[in-house]
Amino acid sequence: MRGRAGERGGGNGSARGLPLSLTPRASSARLDPRKGGGNNSDALGDTSHNTNSRLPLPLAGEGWGGGFAASDTVRIEGTSSTSIADSYPTVVVAKQHNAILIHSLDEAAVRAGVSIGLPLANARAICPELTVFDADEVADRKMLEDIADWCDRFTPLVALDPPHGLYLDITGCAHLFGGERALLQIVSGALSRRGFAVSAAIASTAICARTVTRHASGKIVADGEEAEAVAPLPVSALGAEDAITAGLRRAGLKTIGDVALRAPHEITARFGASFTALLQQALGQGDGPISPRKPLPDYIVEKRFPDPVATDTVIAMNLSALATMLVTAMDKQGKGARKLEASFFRTDGAVRTIPVETGRPVTKPEVIDRLFRERLEALNDPLDPGFGFDLIRLSASRTEIVVQQQRDLDANVHDSDELSALIDRIAARIGGKRVVVHLPEDTHIPESAVRAVSAQHHLAAATQAAWPERIAGEPPLRPLRLFEKPEPIKVPFATVPDGPPHQFTWRRVTHAVVRVEGPERIAMEWWKQNGDGPTRDYFRIEDEAGQRFWIFRDGLYESELADEEGEPTPPRWFVHGLFA
Amino acid sequence: MSTARMSTLATLRGSIERLEQGAAHDLNKIALGHAAADSVLQGGLAVAAVHEVFAEGHQSATATGFIAGLAGRVSSRRPLVWVRQDFSEIEAGALSMSGLAELGLDPRLLVTVRAADTDAALRTAADALACDALGAVVLEVWGQARQLDLVASRKLTLAAQASGVTALLLRVAAEPRPSTAETRWIVRAAHSPPSAPSMPAAPWSAWGAPVFDAQLVRNRHGPVGRWIMEWNCDESQFSEPASHPQPVVATPARRPHQAEAFSLQRRAS
Repeated sequence: MRGRAGERGGGNGSARGLPLSLTPRASSARLDPRKGGGNNSDALGDTSHNTNSRLPLPLAGEGWGGGFAASDTVRIEGTSSTSIADSYPTVVVAKQHNAILIHSLDEAAVRAGVSIGLPLANARAICPELTVFDADEVADRKMLEDIADWCDRFTPLVALDPPHGLYLDITGCAHLFGGERALLQIVSGALSRRGFAVSAAIASTAICARTVTRHASGKIVADGEEAEAVAPLPVSALGAEDAITAGLRRAGLKTIGDVALRAPHEITARFGASFTALLQQALGQGDGPISPRKPLPDYIVEKRFPDPVATDTVIAMNLSALATMLVTAMDKQGKGARKLEASFFRTDGAVRTIPVETGRPVTKPEVIDRLFRERLEALNDPLDPGFGFDLIRLSASRTEIVVQQQRDLDANVHDSDELSALIDRIAARIGGKRVVVHLPEDTHIPESAVRAVSAQHHLAAATQAAWPERIAGEPPLRPLRLFEKPEPIKVPFATVPDGPPHQFTWRRVTHAVVRVEGPERIAMEWWKQNGDGPTRDYFRIEDEAGQRFWIFRDGLYESELADEEGEPTPPRWFVHGLFA
Repeated sequence: MSTARMSTLATLRGSIERLEQGAAHDLNKIALGHAAADSVLQGGLAVAAVHEVFAEGHQSATATGFIAGLAGRVSSRRPLVWVRQDFSEIEAGALSMSGLAELGLDPRLLVTVRAADTDAALRTAADALACDALGAVVLEVWGQARQLDLVASRKLTLAAQASGVTALLLRVAAEPRPSTAETRWIVRAAHSPPSAPSMPAAPWSAWGAPVFDAQLVRNRHGPVGRWIMEWNCDESQFSEPASHPQPVVATPARRPHQAEAFSLQRRAS
């Protein structure tokens, strides 16, 4: 079953409800001010009031016909319009095409004769007592995302239908909540209690559900009855482009039923194939996919609490119980988890998701437990239980088949297991990018000869990497410490062209050169794009104190160290590394 | 003195001895290769203990080379975890894998942890020390870190003893403070050995393997000392400094007469 939530559309001529950015207005109506647009709280607001804003929550669902038949769709539509009769009409405006237009409004404003898209100046002329707020689309979007996070508790497949809608694919989920009707009531009831205007419907296709929500909330369209359900609705309920809607009206096709009566090829010829597809989906004759926000995890285990849990010990205990359940489930199919996510659903609607990655498939609950403990301890922004969590979910978003390895007598396998477990723990604490192994690169350029890669993902490759062999009997040819960016040094004069300096100044200290080896000439990779650059002459230098440097001159005399007129330019010297 | 008291004393002495043996944990020592240093250390560097290497700020590369040598000796083909702070990479450059390979160590066995600050580095090092699959853990801390006090050092020592992994602390630009380290070294760069007398003096003469002026300033179970040590890249061990910076061929017993005009010693190509 699929669901979606969106705003009650403006298509049916009724008020296109105010979107959720109507903070000041909402707070005047005793809604939790945190809920509002500009605020950064991720809570969905409190439950203090339920009359003032509505989030239409069209849950569309049907299609259990013949067992698993069609996927059902819940559509949730959101509007937050105020319905206090004696309140002043309120509008939210946004600047579009250099004009300040009405972006959304409440019912009082509709009664006053204002409509969406009207310039603000005209609206003021119609209704001088308008209260005006600026639209905050970013906050609206964030609010919708937060609601979507909250909806994750019903189904893992939640898709956004901007600007005001959500789809929930509730196929196979409804029975967990007591059936479609009960689910619909839970979703719309919970959101209305938080002060949103909700219009929800359940249908077998997403588009059908969305279309139905534009008209009425709480409708469940049975499988096979989509056409009947949508036929009396106005064409604007389809949510097609304005040009198409206007074109249909002009052609005298007022309702979806009228359009459905025409032959598809006529419609396609006039309005394009995409509209035909939309129409067919609304009529239940075809189905289009929704795009869920997150990929479906391979395994999910969750625990719901009648009383919210808030103490760390209880949370940790439940998390480890969930880890055991997850491992049992994965073990049946011989899988191990590479990426895990723990989601904590707070009673006030906020959801916190904490991911953990591992270097090799995890098959032990205690390892999962320990990784999450490390991760939770190290969070910059600690897990805030607030009034408690009422749902904790553990999901394995990426799993791999576990290859059972024969244990060597010399315990090599054990050692590499231990090492990768250690890397996972450190990565869980300080971040996967901070634990690195190195791979050789086939290049002469010293600073790019080595590539640092995440140890979690490349440990096996790194332990088998082929590094260039060192030449026996030679002193070290490459420095032990290499500066990412060569540091410029001052060389007073160059005695011999192409020769080393007698002294140089680095970091304000002058070093006299006592021993020198070089030059080692390294040309840039001219055969690559953007690989051209001055040739470097490297010298290995020991100063009077025994310290050893790797310095180079950027550019060759005569050919490269010359300006356009052929006049020689002074060479630049750099220290690139330090030898032991 | 009564017999009872004597026997109590004996028991106490025995238990103190046992305790000290347990603390020393010196069953396992790995020779560094430098004979004088090894004899002072009674066989070599103790594994499953904490060793500190101090150096001045501008000597960081030398100290890195020395500690890489120690790590190479004690880890013996087992993985090595190198924990460092972001700051030391900016200040002294990143540890170069090709440089490590040139010293005769294996970059494949190295896992680098890039800790943001001292706290994270210390915590990571303690975690890593608890993992007995490792050969050694190097903790590189720049400057006088307040967090690395006696308590932290004690924790590291206990973790090292429990797992048998050696902890090597590289303290650049720091002053030695009380700690539970088994040994403490102060390392400076030393000159390459003088060139062969036959070779013309100075600038163009080459230098050889890394040479350290290593001062053992603390040794929990023995005397201290100061040596010039050379790292032998081919054999991956320390040694006495060679008399010449580069290998010298032996004088053949019978030389062709054209060569007699040349000096007795010749540098190998």
